[in-house]
Amino acid sequence: MLWVVLLATSATCFAIKFVGHSVPERWLANARLQRINTLIPIALLSALVIAEGLVTKTHIVLDHRLAGLAAAFAALFAKAPFPVVVIAAALTSAIVYHLH
Amino acid sequence: MTKATSATVRDALSVALTVGFYGVAFGAASVAAGFSVLQSCLFSLLTFTGASQFAAVGVVASGGAGLSAIAAAAMLGTRNALYGIQMAPLLNVRGLKRVAAAQITIDESTGVALAQAPRGTDAMRHGFWLTGTGVFIFWNVFTFLGAFGAKSLGNPASWGLDAAVPAAFLGLVWPRLATPFLRVVAASAMVFAVLVTPWLPAGLPIIASALVAVAFGWRER
Repeated sequence: MLWVVLLATSATCFAIKFVGHSVPERWLANARLQRINTLIPIALLSALVIAEGLVTKTHIVLDHRLAGLAAAFAALFAKAPFPVVVIAAALTSAIVYHLH
Repeated sequence: MTKATSATVRDALSVALTVGFYGVAFGAASVAAGFSVLQSCLFSLLTFTGASQFAAVGVVASGGAGLSAIAAAAMLGTRNALYGIQMAPLLNVRGLKRVAAAQITIDESTGVALAQAPRGTDAMRHGFWLTGTGVFIFWNVFTFLGAFGAKSLGNPASWGLDAAVPAAFLGLVWPRLATPFLRVVAASAMVFAVLVTPWLPAGLPIIASALVAVAFGWRER
């Protein structure tokens, strides 16, 4: 399954890029399509924060990861660069994990 | 080398290096999701669009079906088609060069190219190729380091890797939330994901959150 995901994801993502370089500009000029398209990364990435941070299988589970997310949130508020955000989250989460 | 070109090189390199660090996070996330070091590296070489890669391994990590992983990655990748439409007339390349241009058409290469507009179309072209190839090199090197490092660390939770992944997503979405409206969209998508999680198979809430984007993007505001 992992190989299928890897190869199918790669093929699909490349096809999407190549289509952009090959179709006439007016094909994707629809204003509504463009508005939705700019919002899709925001919606999906936000949902991924929840799915990875608060979900185990199909349940909401509040555990050490939530502490890590809180640390990431604080770091982002303090305008920390990306590596600091990720490391702060990992450290906090690991500490809470080992305290349990 | 003209002054404009060296400024473009500086822009491209600083972006490429910064983005490289995301590669460490991806490599670690991919290994934590169960992919091998080789598979993680192939992801970065072949898929080469960060958010989609993170999404694919994220859905797999959350126990979602393979099809959900591919669909989530594809939806996050659609913006690259819009970038391609903007870049194609500027680059004006055919054959293998167009294949290469397509593969490095991502947020960063397009962003730097567009930012060079005041320096002229030559600078835009340079910006695109330099940033694209620069990110490609650093992203792949750092993916290997992250995947290899995570592999030797062992239990992901013990090192906080399971929290590093959602933190990486938060870090990816954060710079996009420039207006109150966009912050409302993000918050709504999070609430939506929490609400539908008990009712949908693993992985599907992520794809279903595209409905939030459709709802907010339907009308002009």
